[in-house]
Amino acid sequence: MLDLLSGFVTELRRAGLPVSLTEHLDAAEAVRHIPLEDRDGLKYALAATLVKSSSHWRAFETAFEVYFAVRTGGPGSDGTGELGDDLGEDGDGEKDGAAGNGEGGSRGKGRSWNGAGGGEGMTPEELAELLFKSLLSADQALMNVVARNAVDRYAGMEPGRPVGGTYYLYRTLRNLDLDAVLQKLMGQAQAGAVGDGLTDLEERLAADEYKARIEKFRRSVETEIRRRLVEDRGAEALARSVRKPLPEDIDVMHATRDELAVLHRVLQPLSRKMAVRLARKRRHGRKGPLDFRATMRRSLSTGGVPIEPRYRHPRPAKPEIFVIADISGSVASFARFTLHLVYAISSQFSKVRSFVFVDGIDEVTRFFEGVVDPAEAVARINLEADVIWVDGHSDYGHALTEFHRRWGDEVTSRSSVLLLGDARNNYHASQSWVVEDLQRKARRVYWLNPEPRDYWGSGDSIVGEYAAHCDDVVECRTLRQLEHFVGNLA
Amino acid sequence: MNEALGLPDAGPPRFESLQAVRDGLAEVKYLADDSISGVVYLADRLSKPVLVEGPAGTGKTQLAKSVAELCGARLIRLQCYEGLDESKALYEWNYRKQLLRIQAGEHGQNEKEGPSWKELEEDIFSEEFLLARPLLEAIRSTDPVVLLVDEVDRVELETEALLLEILSEYQVSIPELGTVKATRLPMVFLTSNNTRELSEALKRRCLYLHVDYPDLDREREIVRTRVPGISEELADQVARIVRSLRTLELRKAPSVSETLDWARTLVILGVETIDAAGARDTLHILLKYQGDIERAAKELLSVS
Repeated sequence: MLDLLSGFVTELRRAGLPVSLTEHLDAAEAVRHIPLEDRDGLKYALAATLVKSSSHWRAFETAFEVYFAVRTGGPGSDGTGELGDDLGEDGDGEKDGAAGNGEGGSRGKGRSWNGAGGGEGMTPEELAELLFKSLLSADQALMNVVARNAVDRYAGMEPGRPVGGTYYLYRTLRNLDLDAVLQKLMGQAQAGAVGDGLTDLEERLAADEYKARIEKFRRSVETEIRRRLVEDRGAEALARSVRKPLPEDIDVMHATRDELAVLHRVLQPLSRKMAVRLARKRRHGRKGPLDFRATMRRSLSTGGVPIEPRYRHPRPAKPEIFVIADISGSVASFARFTLHLVYAISSQFSKVRSFVFVDGIDEVTRFFEGVVDPAEAVARINLEADVIWVDGHSDYGHALTEFHRRWGDEVTSRSSVLLLGDARNNYHASQSWVVEDLQRKARRVYWLNPEPRDYWGSGDSIVGEYAAHCDDVVECRTLRQLEHFVGNLA
Repeated sequence: MNEALGLPDAGPPRFESLQAVRDGLAEVKYLADDSISGVVYLADRLSKPVLVEGPAGTGKTQLAKSVAELCGARLIRLQCYEGLDESKALYEWNYRKQLLRIQAGEHGQNEKEGPSWKELEEDIFSEEFLLARPLLEAIRSTDPVVLLVDEVDRVELETEALLLEILSEYQVSIPELGTVKATRLPMVFLTSNNTRELSEALKRRCLYLHVDYPDLDREREIVRTRVPGISEELADQVARIVRSLRTLELRKAPSVSETLDWARTLVILGVETIDAAGARDTLHILLKYQGDIERAAKELLSVS
């Protein structure tokens, strides 16, 4: 057990979780108090001692599923043959573990296929029917059985392939066609309603209920696939392929849709935290300049000896920010996150103005005015901003010249300019004199580049030409880097 | 093991088993899920503080209260706020009383019979003149206590360090008196609304518990135990509507306490089943932003 635990801790560290030695010891101590057969108990014990932030929960869960996968069946059942066997055993296992409703029914069914189907399994129709039934009655045990069969039938798993299982999951679910199942469930709900059908509210509630059940089923399929992969290749190897970066380390430019959703969820608390932190830094930061008058007044009580100097309250100037962001396809998601973050903490700046460009440029400050949720404004920008000039491929040179012509005079010595983009200019002219001029006028000019530093200057990237005139060029690929940069800015 | 580490004796474990924790909590009307009861159980066995994090109104503070009730312990609560310092959290010398003592010494007898300086010093820095604040009180207490440090994320980083000695060693150092050790290990709960990242040092010393919105079944049970006189169907409907609301993208999702308020309102209004119009009229109890209310009404109730 201790070996297994060390392996698990190592894996967590590899996934980027900061697990200290004391926490490892605590976990070892905690495990002693939990009965070993209680898998959920073990999970929570480990989570309580090893994971100290809710955004790390996903990574922990993945690793846990891999390292402490439920192993059903003997060493003989490798998941492909002996379906009947596997199934029968499993029905039993579930029964002991889960205390729920409708157990008896599932047992009967499990048995009957076991007898009839033998090593063959079920026809697709039977499987679909069963899935429908299990979802309708929210019977977890039955769902697990269906999941197991579906994986057998549809996933087409090949032993030994170093994959994380996402593809298998996709294949299984595509064949089951869960959307159609949902439709059918809804139809059933409509038909079962008394009187004149469901009201809108009831319909919505029923839909949410079934969606939640389908999600449960999906997870059951995922667990099943993962379990087989562990049996196939061992925990350590699999952990390597399913490891996902922590939310704050996801590369924004190459994030998948799921990852983007995760990012969105952490962005809100992150920006709130930043706002609090910055406000505090302002208030409790260094002292202001000596307040001569107050010091003299104070010294009267000590006979004119200024023992205790008084300081003015610090009033650090709030910077004015110009954000100029490339929102062409390649870097759009990055620009969105940056705008989001900058606006979420806009109380820390005296003024934020934002501009977006592809090959034309447009001011989008107005979209953020009076909007509570920056996400809404960012969504509107994509629809309404007028940023196309000729062909909709990035042209930094034209966009910058245009910016200089229309708004160049409004940049003053109090403003900081943030330029966002990968500077991939499609071989247009760079017009870097604009940046040079901006640097002369503005307090600071920064360039945030969402590409890894190694790629800079390769191909049509001309970030080097602009970099010469920027105070700093920052690689900004993850939320962590972005947070760090914005924190320093304010 | 505790002696080896120089910790005070933890005393006999408070809970027999995981199941005992869960049943006990249910008895005091706190419905815990696996993770909550598991962590409470471990906190007792490992004598470690619990850091509870999660959205507002999910029963973080209530957990500490319920555990206190369950153990028959006194709840000592330290409400954190910005600017909280040692003298408010830990201890303070009672200056007025000290001053009185000194003056009484001067005037009571003539100078020769008055206490010597040394005696006086020992006297005025004795326990009699110490004002125990929540943290010290929890440590010194001889009867069982549960210490709740509420919203610990509100204090500054420097003040947070103050907690470290107490949380890991269960002792407080007072320069004039020496070290005060706990006679009996208290159970400690810290809650945080996650408005800032807590320091690594603090997190390392605690068990971490993330309390999220409960799932459908649990929420329904919570409504049924906490709201007297509610019918089963209504509780079910309430729980389901709230769950659907939480799937919408709202500025502030309804919390458990708001769900309970809503359920109570419906009971008082004598509502049997919720229809769209009824829900619309009482939605402001669940949601606190006009934008959210409009959105929910549009999405869920199809009225605009």
